[in-house]
Amino acid sequence: MGKSLRVAYGEALVKLGAENDKVVVFDADLAHATQTCLFQAQYPERHFNMGIAEANMMCAAAGFAHSGYIPFVSTFALFGAGRAFEQIRNSICYTNCNVKFGFSHSGLCVGEDGGSHQSIEDIALMRELPHMTIFVPCDPAETEKAVMAAAAMDGPVYIRVARPVCEDITGADTPFVPGRGNVMREGTDVCLIACGLMIPVALAAAEKLEAEGISAAVVNMHTIKPIDSELILKMNETCKAIVTVEEHSVIGGLGSAVAEVLAGNAGARFGMVGIQDKFGKSGKPDELFAAYGLTAENVAATAKGLL
Amino acid sequence: MQYDKKAKELRAEVLKMLYACQSGHPGGSLSCMEMLMALYYEVMKHDPKNPQDPDRDRLVLSKGHGCPALYAILADFGYFPKTDLADLRQIGSHLQGHPDCTKTPGIDMNTGSLGQGASLGMGLALAAKYGKKAYQVYTILGDGECQEGLVWEAAMAAAHYKLDNLTFMLDYNGLQIDGSNDEVMSLGNIGKKFDAFGFECFDVDGHDIAAIVEALKAPVSGKPKFICCHTVKGKGVSFMENESGWHGSPMNKEQFEKALSEQEV
Repeated sequence: MGKSLRVAYGEALVKLGAENDKVVVFDADLAHATQTCLFQAQYPERHFNMGIAEANMMCAAAGFAHSGYIPFVSTFALFGAGRAFEQIRNSICYTNCNVKFGFSHSGLCVGEDGGSHQSIEDIALMRELPHMTIFVPCDPAETEKAVMAAAAMDGPVYIRVARPVCEDITGADTPFVPGRGNVMREGTDVCLIACGLMIPVALAAAEKLEAEGISAAVVNMHTIKPIDSELILKMNETCKAIVTVEEHSVIGGLGSAVAEVLAGNAGARFGMVGIQDKFGKSGKPDELFAAYGLTAENVAATAKGLL
Repeated sequence: MQYDKKAKELRAEVLKMLYACQSGHPGGSLSCMEMLMALYYEVMKHDPKNPQDPDRDRLVLSKGHGCPALYAILADFGYFPKTDLADLRQIGSHLQGHPDCTKTPGIDMNTGSLGQGASLGMGLALAAKYGKKAYQVYTILGDGECQEGLVWEAAMAAAHYKLDNLTFMLDYNGLQIDGSNDEVMSLGNIGKKFDAFGFECFDVDGHDIAAIVEALKAPVSGKPKFICCHTVKGKGVSFMENESGWHGSPMNKEQFEKALSEQEV
């Protein structure tokens, strides 16, 4: 029986709240839209409505995390990842603070509200941040597992919670290991790597291809960060082509994460010199360039390593 | 309470640190010195031997660029060796250009991105209330910082949640990078604004430690506290006082020696 992922998220928080008394929940006047109202009904003293002020909500949650609690913060993906980006960066990720984000109404599935409310950049924004883990669950069961996994790990975790009703695709027994994609369908010609609401789309596409004699594998890449490089490279060996499918901009999301793995390890001889998913620190600019590998020596060494 | 000598010693440390690294923010470090001294030497419950004591009072230096003053005080208490001060802002040092609680013992919260400290302080105070903890949370704001909308989001929440364990202290020196507050973006009557947001408001000379302590210790109930501390940017160095140009300029040797000579008791 399918249900909206936001409802699954709200129900998972209630379950988690019973298991772990350190869990508190923050919302920004959207408790009914994000379904944290379910937690609020059960644990009113552990639910904080911060009003329509997302930036302040992020720092408030950081204050709780620094006091030993496990805050889950919810709003729409655009207002969380977008509007409050810098609070998430500096007040949460910079200190590897134990705050969890369950942002709903992501992607095009907000529908009629239109482009102003459709977050197609949130994965890219959150993926940029050192210490961040990103889950994009595809159905109610996986949403609950993502919530439980987020609470069990230390550090910031972003869970992208879709709004529509989703049919069950995975089961209670389907493994959910952070950073490990699930092969949902084996195939040898093409591998479709998808996440979230695009899993049923990818499965349907695989059926179509099969009918035309093309063998298509489907991977549920529920964790976008850290990306499962091992599985991507394995599927690249098994299949002749890879197509990524996501309800998000092709710039910076799942597609980019997969492309980074492939470009760096297979296909083109390609290296990336830059900041390797770390924050900066104090020092003289030339010392920092050296410490982070932004030197002619490192560029040359990277180039030589590819030849 | 006789802190004149101590204030001069601490200002000398700040000047030495900033001269050594040839960067950083002298004006705003010197202006908030007595505010920090009132907190650390007279009011706050803190233990240099146990910087992570869960029941300690918390300090959020929201104007994080003033951290050399805080580092000088923490070193004076022995949170870390005084010799570390010489490495401020150098690569590998735990003394970052802006406070980093993951690196420096005694720092309660990362700050530097203006406005966020107001909100983080509010969050800490709300968490303390939620956990039925008795400790206090003190947040030092810059005046230019109050142009950030986040300060007012935090102020609204602090009053809404009746956080009488939270104090906002304003380092009101009237100057910011591009000139005076009034030239850049007037704060208007800042005390009335916090009053309207539901704070219990106090107005003191920000270089008078006794007056600051009195305001800090004044009991409040059901409301957060706002203390407007009138200060002088660059306080204690004759050629820096009331000069916005000294917000973030390095000293040359001659200027450093003159500034240091003015700290002799």
